[in-house]
Amino acid sequence: MKHVLILGATSDIAKALAHKFAAQGFHAILAARKAERLQETATDIKIRHNVTVEVVEFDALDYAGHTAFYEALAAKPEVAICVFGYLGEQKMAQANFTEAHQIIDTNYTAAMSILEIIAADFEQRRAGTIIGISSVAGDRGRQSNYIYGSAKAAFSTYLAGLRNRLAKSNVHVLTVKPGFVRTKMTATLPLPGPVTAKPEQVAADVFKAFQKNNNEIYTLWVWRYLMFLIRNIPEPVFKRLRL
Amino acid sequence: MAKRKEIAKLLAMLTLGGVVGAAMMSLLAPRSGQETRTRLKGQGAKLIDKVKSARPQATQSLNVKRISNWGNYPRVEVEFNEFEDIATLRKLVVQAQNVIARGNGRCYGDSALAPQVISTLRYNKFLAFDDKQGVIHCQAGVLLSEILEVIVPRGWFLPVTPGTKLITVGGAIASDVHGKSQHKAGNFSDHVLEIALMLGDGAAVTCSKGQNADLFWTTCGGMGLTGVVLNAKLRLIPVETAYIYQESIKARNLDEMMNLFEQSEAWTYSVAWIDFLAAGPQLGRGFLMRGEHARVSELQKEAHKQNPLLTKSARSVNVPLYFPEFALNKWSMKLFNTLLYGMHPNRRVESIEDYNKFFYPLDVIANWNRIYGKRGFTQYQFILPKQESRAGLIKILHKIQEAGFAPFLTVLKLYDKQNNYLPFAMKGYSLALDFPITAGLFAFLDELDEIVLEHGGRLYLTKDVRMNKQMFMQSYPNVEQFIERVKGLNHGSKFRSFQSDRVGLTR
Repeated sequence: MKHVLILGATSDIAKALAHKFAAQGFHAILAARKAERLQETATDIKIRHNVTVEVVEFDALDYAGHTAFYEALAAKPEVAICVFGYLGEQKMAQANFTEAHQIIDTNYTAAMSILEIIAADFEQRRAGTIIGISSVAGDRGRQSNYIYGSAKAAFSTYLAGLRNRLAKSNVHVLTVKPGFVRTKMTATLPLPGPVTAKPEQVAADVFKAFQKNNNEIYTLWVWRYLMFLIRNIPEPVFKRLRL
Repeated sequence: MAKRKEIAKLLAMLTLGGVVGAAMMSLLAPRSGQETRTRLKGQGAKLIDKVKSARPQATQSLNVKRISNWGNYPRVEVEFNEFEDIATLRKLVVQAQNVIARGNGRCYGDSALAPQVISTLRYNKFLAFDDKQGVIHCQAGVLLSEILEVIVPRGWFLPVTPGTKLITVGGAIASDVHGKSQHKAGNFSDHVLEIALMLGDGAAVTCSKGQNADLFWTTCGGMGLTGVVLNAKLRLIPVETAYIYQESIKARNLDEMMNLFEQSEAWTYSVAWIDFLAAGPQLGRGFLMRGEHARVSELQKEAHKQNPLLTKSARSVNVPLYFPEFALNKWSMKLFNTLLYGMHPNRRVESIEDYNKFFYPLDVIANWNRIYGKRGFTQYQFILPKQESRAGLIKILHKIQEAGFAPFLTVLKLYDKQNNYLPFAMKGYSLALDFPITAGLFAFLDELDEIVLEHGGRLYLTKDVRMNKQMFMQSYPNVEQFIERVKGLNHGSKFRSFQSDRVGLTR
């Protein structure tokens, strides 16, 4: 009986991940705020893949409740995937600290808080995989979304450190850096087709990387090379670009 | 592996035939392609104008998409919307003026094309599965292939399935589809226990054979004109294995073929392929396939017996590009048909086939519609009353051979009656002919219509793209009653398709 815990299960990527892992025989624990929204998705996954699916209430920003949340889980997961995030609005975040704060807290502080609790459990059990959905936006700061990007950069760095710490405990940490993904979060953005993934492609890439114990993946794969180029533009040039 | 070899063989034959045919075509009729293109361009432009003028000005820039259904003709720009929840759908439906729901776009012509299209594909969750009673409840956008993935491993099957599993539940209800089991199991809707539907005013209603029965029977086979199907409960049949015991029997002419059908009436599944080019005493030759769900004791391979309900997922191939238009022509089709007939042994061939191979042989070739080229194709599927079938079929086969229009796949089947307001099926024989769309084809099909009408037959709306109003009104029995009922539900003909306008069901 393997279980996958999906934190922030209402997003399109999270649902695709739940389907993918369930299709491979994992029982799913879907955690999210206003979890009752997930009842239909849970039933759908249950029927399609003949596994059990549990829906649990989880508020990422309620740090104080994180320990109680994890301890209350009926079955402890073998795989924990941190999917929740908040894109926010860059312009608004520049002018309004509340928005900036929420971006940073959701993408970094909350993720760090809950994953520390899970990491401690996995470390003690000397088993498990932690998967963090970060973003290519964290690879280099750009004027169009650097507040979101800096929070994701912190999250990526956090995952790298966690991987380093847990390697000796047989616990694996996978960093996932999606590029553009066609989801509810990006529904209004004009995304370029060839480098835009569907949530199902992201889920398939993540599962493959999980099986192969990869440390870090980009999805779609071209983003590894795109980001290599973007990271290597000299700063004097980069700062003049409109990205 | 065997399947891949077969496909490779088929493609090789097509290519060879295409090259030979193209060479001859270019010698004999160097300008025919040009004419077709010009003519089709003209027709396409007319349709696009029609769509543009019908679309409300304010929404012109919104979600405009160029789509076509399976026949790749016509290809039109429409306002295309999707929904994942009822609230979104309600907003779309209430605001819509000329709208039709569309599933996976597997109808051949314009049944699911309108100035505004609401796609149900993202409304695709399973709601419940009772594996004791064999009842599945799901939203309209779920594909039959997805249902089979869920139910077959647990010992259930769909009582009615068409020749592709890549259609949605909503589409199956609106077209009241049928399959190889039509003569025994009837149509898809005969096994639908309950439908939830959104009407034009945004109200969601439930109907079944017992509750709102009239709405139920108007919706089944109602071509989407009563509203948008939200979800449905389907009754399943139990099976021991995922395999079909199949017999394939060669028939040397039409009489032998019809005799075989009569003898096979007790079989759950039957269908026949016809070599349409065979003439004279061989007219109507081909082979009939009949099948039953195999019992575990009938399985031969040890691996199958171990896991009787599991099948290996078939490796699928893709047709990545549209074939050039010369690839399918009279000569390549003749070659293909002759080889297909010749390769079949003269005796009865028994085999155990996995259900995918028996029901959905073409589904493993993704985008097979592209072999007809960008011009697209249509299927002319007609049915004739039993006592008229023989005479009518002979007349039509002769007419096709004389005219030189070459259908590619020709499928014959014996049917029984159908239960809704717009029934295609009746007790009699149906022949389905796939034609690439070429110059003069539609005029020729108008001539075939006359023969069909003369013999008391009719055409299948789901495959149709060109039938005129007169033909439709004269051949379908309860049209007036249907229109009367739809008028009461369909707020000012809010739900309509190019097809429903053309044949006079709306407007």
